[in-house]
Amino acid sequence: MSTVTTADHHDEHHDHKPTGIKRWLFTTNHKDIGSLYLIFALAMFFLGGAMAMVIRLELFQPGLQFVDPQFFNQMTTMHGLIMVFGAVMPAFTGLANWMIPMMIGAPDMALPRMNNWSFWILPFAFLILIISMFLPGGGPDFGWTFYAPLSTTYSNDSTALFVFAVHIMGISSIMGAINVIVTIVNMRAPGMTWMKLPLFVWTWLITAFLLIMVMPVLAGVVTMVLTDKYFATSFFDAAGGGDPVLFQHIFWFFGHPEVYIMILPAFGIVSAIVPTFARKKLFGYASMVYATASIAILSFLVWAHHMFTTGMPVFATLFFMYTTMLIAVPTGVKVFNWVATMWRGAMTFEVPMMFALAFIVLFTIGGLSGVMLAITPADFQYHDTYFVVAHFHYVLVSGAVFSIVAAVYYWLPKWTGHMYDEKLGQLHFWCSLISVNLLFFPMHFVGLAGMPRRIPDYALQFADFNAFVSVGGFLFGLSQLIFLWVVIKCARGGEKAPAKPWEGAEGLEWEVPSPAPYHTFDTPPQVK
Amino acid sequence: MAKTRSWRWSLPALLLAGQAHATGIQFNMTPGVTDISQQVYALHMTIFWICCAIGLVVFTAMFVSIILHRKSRGVTPATFHESTKVEIIWTAIPVLILIVMAIPATRVLIAMEDTSDSDVTVLITGSQWRWHYEYLDYDIDYFSILATPRGQVEGRLPKGDNYLLEVDRPLVIPTGKKVRFLMTSDDVIHSWWVPAFAIKKDTNPGFINEAWTQVNEPGIYRGQCAELCGMDHGFMPIVVIAKEPDDFAKWVEQEEARIAAIREEEQRLLALRMNIEEQMVLGERVYLAHCAACHQPNGTGLPPMFPALKDNYVTTQDRAEHIKVMVDGRPGTSMASFARQLSLRELTSVITYTRNAWGNDTGDVVQAVEVYEYMQGKGE
Repeated sequence: MSTVTTADHHDEHHDHKPTGIKRWLFTTNHKDIGSLYLIFALAMFFLGGAMAMVIRLELFQPGLQFVDPQFFNQMTTMHGLIMVFGAVMPAFTGLANWMIPMMIGAPDMALPRMNNWSFWILPFAFLILIISMFLPGGGPDFGWTFYAPLSTTYSNDSTALFVFAVHIMGISSIMGAINVIVTIVNMRAPGMTWMKLPLFVWTWLITAFLLIMVMPVLAGVVTMVLTDKYFATSFFDAAGGGDPVLFQHIFWFFGHPEVYIMILPAFGIVSAIVPTFARKKLFGYASMVYATASIAILSFLVWAHHMFTTGMPVFATLFFMYTTMLIAVPTGVKVFNWVATMWRGAMTFEVPMMFALAFIVLFTIGGLSGVMLAITPADFQYHDTYFVVAHFHYVLVSGAVFSIVAAVYYWLPKWTGHMYDEKLGQLHFWCSLISVNLLFFPMHFVGLAGMPRRIPDYALQFADFNAFVSVGGFLFGLSQLIFLWVVIKCARGGEKAPAKPWEGAEGLEWEVPSPAPYHTFDTPPQVK
Repeated sequence: MAKTRSWRWSLPALLLAGQAHATGIQFNMTPGVTDISQQVYALHMTIFWICCAIGLVVFTAMFVSIILHRKSRGVTPATFHESTKVEIIWTAIPVLILIVMAIPATRVLIAMEDTSDSDVTVLITGSQWRWHYEYLDYDIDYFSILATPRGQVEGRLPKGDNYLLEVDRPLVIPTGKKVRFLMTSDDVIHSWWVPAFAIKKDTNPGFINEAWTQVNEPGIYRGQCAELCGMDHGFMPIVVIAKEPDDFAKWVEQEEARIAAIREEEQRLLALRMNIEEQMVLGERVYLAHCAACHQPNGTGLPPMFPALKDNYVTTQDRAEHIKVMVDGRPGTSMASFARQLSLRELTSVITYTRNAWGNDTGDVVQAVEVYEYMQGKGE
């Protein structure tokens, strides 16, 4: 990856990148920055995962065995923050950096220096967040949703660092999103019209608009938390005329679109992989684009379904119940289109396809439990229990994370120039598939039976399920070490990958050699 | 420990038996004991079966395709990639299903929100990490806190059947009557949840939420706080006892008498001098039940959120401030006022205890009258 190996490239002469650490610090190359994002996301995935292991270790048995409740709350909080902002979002940004210019026939991202900056502030944000755990009193322990007044009056001073870290993450995301939009709007190759864009590009474009619209809202709400805590404002304090529920409205106005920020690019990835391995064109391309846009628009109208128990007026509750149910329609269209794409195709089952198929099944399960959660009277029973934990881990782990893993397997040959080890990849897939279900499926039962989320200890009737879940968790954690090994092995060598390693693949990224040269499409290709 | 082992080994046994009764393992939502909770359960099961049916159709199509339409069977891929007709059908059908589902859901929701014409009203106040129940129709109010001994949590004692789901004073309500709950909080947001009633409502500081129930069956119903409320969020259970109206009336009488007796006792106490031994015994009990979760059994606290009481300036020197903090709390921190929560006798004893435990050794013996005068002085 560090050297240009293709001989036939006219742009070799301006490949004057510095070497060593300077190359990575000062790089403005979309491929280098993409790699940085992906490596960072992988590191955060293991850090956040290690925290999940602490959580599952404590919950393996009833009683307090390993950690005290305060540390347990720090683990759940940091696990959520790191996985959302440190693993899933940077991984998608990494994929966008690597693939979008190559998919639309652009030489690089439109704003390469900003691209460098938006990556390099990210490690510092997480450094600050992680350092906050070593302050006296520990790090943030109010859940990744940081509801006021638990995060204001009743939190410790790590809150200031938490707020600062979230601001930096937000700036990074906004810059990344601006870059994606500017690149896609301005730098498409001649002939690459809107309705020819690969779906990964479309879904990322829509995601980028969501990011630009909601990250400032997150910045606003953390700032209000900061001023409530330190500067005597009362946004969320009834004693000063504020309202703690206002916090939740603002947070979820960010938080719900955020959920789609973490799943729309996944739809794009699956829409690239399924047609490739089914050797058949994507079914309903146009309706896929419209469904993505509808989901994005609806995502601004459903935020209060996270707040059905806060005591909203009944008409507000009804409004949010109906809009939430509506989301099932465009989401259903996507799933049906993928199945129709497979129908009467000629499928093969390489690792990317396996993860994409698992995504479709498991994401659908998560989507269906989402429809159940929309039914407000039933939500009163589900809300804040393990049923919700099961729901969002099905869409985020076996959804978003599986799609990222599928994407990595799919494009690794393009990035490294080597095929990954298919046997190890299949092993990784089957271990992940079995353990992820062992981990998250029993959470539905234990939630319906009445176990609240975010508790370090529980009543005895939840013990058996929790033991299962913990075993599943440890196995899932271990399985990801196989992934790490496959990626390292593939980066270091292996069978030489052709320009187009997948028989049914389509798109400009497969027309450049593998590994992709440091500079691609200096001269725009002509898209017919 | 023996207890812990027995349920751990029951796990394979449960798998073999194929059913779960020994530990009362539960896979599904409780239908509950109210008309509303049963309607909620019915909604839950309806939407569950609808989701299963949709899942079945989608996954069947998918797996048929995976089995039949694979390259290894030598198939040639079809070339179709759109069909407006099909796409309209699979947009319209989900819309219809959702409309069918929305109608009963709306009906149940509106019924749940109608708190008018109630017979009994209870004001529920959450605070870190206990519930306070106040009967607006009677002269009754009390705190309800976790009754599971610390030793069971830490594994030094065998865990009881109702581990973490037991309280010192349960909420008592009459059966067959509409009971209205008003909910608020003294500090952060909590959420009062009893699955058997299908009530889960947040308690927001500074605001009042409403809910109601009408329980058909006498019995003991258990729940938990459902909103993360800080360190001991997992340790603030809810127990509700539903009694027949006659038994409820008797309970009200007894409870009013008990509370009146406590007030009388307080007046008597003012004239009395308690000795240090007596206060240390009671004080330790109160301390372990109400203070130790934050300030720790050995008084070392969890700084900086929960300061150490051992060698603390207030608990070893400033006696007036010590009484003030116990009575008023420290606004803006987790330190709540204990004036309502503890009896005068308990309050006095726990102050004396903290001034003499863990090497604080001030030798101070605080008397009830001293605490009482402070309360009077600020017009309590």
